[in-house]
Amino acid sequence: MAEGGHSVPLVDPTSADGVFSLMWLVIALPAAGAAVLLIGGALAPRAFASFGHLLGTLMPIGSFALSLAMFLQLQGRDEADRQVVQHLWTFIRVGELDAGFDLLYDPLTALFLLLITGVGSLIHVYSIGYMEHDPRRVRFFGYLNLFVAAMLVLIMSENYIGLFLGWEGVGLASYLLIGFWQHKHSAAAAAKKAFVINRVGDMGLSTAIMLAFVTFGSVSFTTISAGAGEAGEKTMTAMGLLLLLGACGKSAQVPLQAWLLDAMEGPTPVSALIHAATMVTAGVYLVVRSNFVFDYAPNAQTVVVIVATVTLLWGAVIGCAKDDIKKALAGSTMSQIGYMMLGAGLGPAGYAFAIFHLLTHGFFKANMFLGAGSVMHGMDDDVDMRHYGALRKAMPITFITFAMGYLAIIGFPGFSGFWSKDKIIETALAENWIVGVCALLGAGVTGFYMTRLMIMTFFGEKRWEKDVHPHESPSVMTFPLIVLAALSVVSGVLLLGGWIEHWLEPVTGVPDHHEPPIPALAVTGLAVLVVAAGVALAVALVARRPVPREAPTEVSFATRAARADIYGDAFNDQVIVEPGRALTTGLVRMDRSVVDGTFRAGVVLVGGIGALTRRAQNGYVRSYALSVLGGVLLVVLALLAVNLA
Amino acid sequence: MDSVTPFIVLSSILFTIGAIGVLTRRNAIVVFMCVELMLNACNLALVAFAHQYGNLDGQIAAFFVMVVAAAEVVVGLAIIMTIFRTRRSASVDDASLLKY
Amino acid sequence: MIAFWVLAPIMVLAALSILFVRKAVHAAMLLAVVMISLAVLYLVLEAPFLFAVQIIVYTGAIMMLFLFVLMLVGVDASDSVIETIRGQRILAMVGGLALGLTLVLGLAQISLGSVVGLGSVNEGGNIQAIANVLFSKYVFAFEVTSALLITAAMGAMVLAHRERLTPRKTQAVRAAERVAAYAESGEHLGPLPAPGVYARHNAVGTPALLPDGSVAEDSVSRVLAARGSVRRTIPRDVDELQRAIDHGPGSGVPASQDSPDGRSTSTGRAPGASTGPDTGSTPEGGE
Repeated sequence: MAEGGHSVPLVDPTSADGVFSLMWLVIALPAAGAAVLLIGGALAPRAFASFGHLLGTLMPIGSFALSLAMFLQLQGRDEADRQVVQHLWTFIRVGELDAGFDLLYDPLTALFLLLITGVGSLIHVYSIGYMEHDPRRVRFFGYLNLFVAAMLVLIMSENYIGLFLGWEGVGLASYLLIGFWQHKHSAAAAAKKAFVINRVGDMGLSTAIMLAFVTFGSVSFTTISAGAGEAGEKTMTAMGLLLLLGACGKSAQVPLQAWLLDAMEGPTPVSALIHAATMVTAGVYLVVRSNFVFDYAPNAQTVVVIVATVTLLWGAVIGCAKDDIKKALAGSTMSQIGYMMLGAGLGPAGYAFAIFHLLTHGFFKANMFLGAGSVMHGMDDDVDMRHYGALRKAMPITFITFAMGYLAIIGFPGFSGFWSKDKIIETALAENWIVGVCALLGAGVTGFYMTRLMIMTFFGEKRWEKDVHPHESPSVMTFPLIVLAALSVVSGVLLLGGWIEHWLEPVTGVPDHHEPPIPALAVTGLAVLVVAAGVALAVALVARRPVPREAPTEVSFATRAARADIYGDAFNDQVIVEPGRALTTGLVRMDRSVVDGTFRAGVVLVGGIGALTRRAQNGYVRSYALSVLGGVLLVVLALLAVNLA
Repeated sequence: MDSVTPFIVLSSILFTIGAIGVLTRRNAIVVFMCVELMLNACNLALVAFAHQYGNLDGQIAAFFVMVVAAAEVVVGLAIIMTIFRTRRSASVDDASLLKY
Repeated sequence: MIAFWVLAPIMVLAALSILFVRKAVHAAMLLAVVMISLAVLYLVLEAPFLFAVQIIVYTGAIMMLFLFVLMLVGVDASDSVIETIRGQRILAMVGGLALGLTLVLGLAQISLGSVVGLGSVNEGGNIQAIANVLFSKYVFAFEVTSALLITAAMGAMVLAHRERLTPRKTQAVRAAERVAAYAESGEHLGPLPAPGVYARHNAVGTPALLPDGSVAEDSVSRVLAARGSVRRTIPRDVDELQRAIDHGPGSGVPASQDSPDGRSTSTGRAPGASTGPDTGSTPEGGE
């Protein structure tokens, strides 16, 4: 979808100085926190239990302060001078491969840093309250710090090797945190599932890195972006598709989407931080960061758009049918990341809006996940929305902040989601009307499932379980909710005067402007109408009728499919797991019978020969003497034969 | 018959008889005697060849064989005594525990 | 050569007999015959020094050593000629005969040429000639031989040595043990009775008689008992003696004549009695 007219910006950073020379500290703080908490927490659990969570929270706050300082510094710089690199040390030098541990700070990294450290800090604060009664809270904060450090490595690295290091680091942290309550079998299984599916994506990413090294002799963004134009479209398409595979795994895009819903087994702050706001958007970051690859590979971009469109509808449909509040939100996350991917796939015109939606989504989705956590906190960790209802009185702050997030995600005019989603739909319609209509439809479905979630949770009748007394969460948990709710409302200001597009221009390039088929205002009006229709449908279907406490089983095919994640798991089981298992079983059987059999037969043969010949060892020295005599006889005969021949 | 061949043949016969004795007798002392018989048969051959070739080396060799035989008898008989002391038997077949 | 043709059959016969005699002592005797014959053959082959050494060392020292060990091992070593390993005897015969035949036939193929003889070499005396070779050409081997002999002597000492595991018992301890044994099992306190006491013979094979005329088993060596060399005719002797005493006053023979009479009768009968059916019936190889 890229047009040949515009120029792809180069990564051409200058050396770090001033406050930028402290760039490494942004990563080092949470990394040190993770090391201290994980090692110290194991050595002196009692001492760390008293202050470990505070230490763990201070680290990302420190990183956030640094990020803010760097952001302000960068803003003051000349536009052409907004890329800074810091060389820390030589990471890998083997043969031609020379990868330094280099950190890159540019406008894209700046925004990500603020999002990760800012939202991360808020979620750390929230976790102090949420995990208060967990005996392994220090370890939890150690893992959270580890995640933040890895995520920062991912977005700050100047080359693909460092990016891959962070990529695997967040994968590890995600695995550890999904399975944090490892005593639950479902949590352990979900962690394993996330890990395994991510390996498929990682295979794509690592192959892409190898391809980049083979093609350009380097893995540095600087070198690759400089040489991307000469590498040929086929290579770029292959690399783009491989990068997309990696992005699909990490960002839960179809066909590697199956792990995200199970990942909700982790503690809710984890779902908010890793599986809503930051880690799952790493795929979007990867596509936007690799814009110099995708801009030369229009076919790969088309595939990105197709994947994104399918995913945004897929996730939205799943979100409609789930009764588990976290899984409904997870479906919504899938869908929203689909929007971002769609934006990223649209090329320079959409990169900025993808990142913009990523930021606003990071705020409102984190807000809603934390709100859901707050609800669960009050409902004794029950996640079934059919057991909720009428909670707006019981937990007013949670309700109001959640409502802000709700209005943001459905795109209520004026709220952040309205601006960001609208821009993506608008760009999509301008590029391809089918994709645009799908995105528009997705917005309507979003309105439907989010309204359903709101009504089932906060309105209607009380359907609470016995002995459940909903109560508002402590202020340490509501404070992050309020901050995030405020951000959900106002973060649309980033679009004022096209600021974010302009800010990201050094990274994403200047898009060509071409007139949309219908005026932008009409698109906006259309989108609002579609969303309103979705909301009205939800009100008509959910609010007007009593919600049964048990999910009805006599439902349409579409509902059943959506409840089963549109048969994603079933597909995986049938197409990959079962044949794989059959293959493994067959191989094991063959190994047992043929390979082991050969060896066992040899062993039996040798053993049999031994059993026969050892009879000669009867312990009688005279028998041995007899064999010596036989030997003498043979030697004498041989001598005679030689001498007399 | 100006040759030592009859001596050599006698030596072979004595050697064979000694070997058969080693294989068939069970009393360790008699087995030992048969070994001595074999050694003596060898000595006879050595001395006979010394006579045949007019060279004293054969006699020297026989002399050394005697010395070695003496040493061997001393140690061998001591071993037999030790075995007898613990097993109350001088039969070579009784010491047959080291087997499959 | 006459000596050879006389001695060779004797040696082969004696050697073959070693294979078949039951008693180890007989085997030793037969081996001595072979060795002495060999010594004579050495003389025939112009080796007077080896002749002497063969007689002195082999027949004199080594065979003595064998006999000493036989004495120590005793009657328990008496050899049964029943073969226990299946097929051993036949295989040994076959293998041995095959070896012997091969050697003899092989030697028959070789013509050694005329005998040089040691006449010139032994001109200054055989012993001097051997000494010349032994202490020049073979001096190193000779010295090594001394090391071998010392090692063998040490080995024999180590093998024969028995480590004392408990402290030596003092006479007081022994006495206390004997009294304790007497108290527990009624074991005889005093020394064992000597053989021949209260008997008509004082040979070691004649058991002592207890006051009631029965045999004191303790008075003869166990080895003699196991070998069947113990006089077992004591009761009959006692009866005979009784009769002699009864007849003595009746025949009017003076008591002074009784003693030579009795000795003459006993000496006349003792050989008959010792070879009679009552002797040698004890089983051999008590172990």
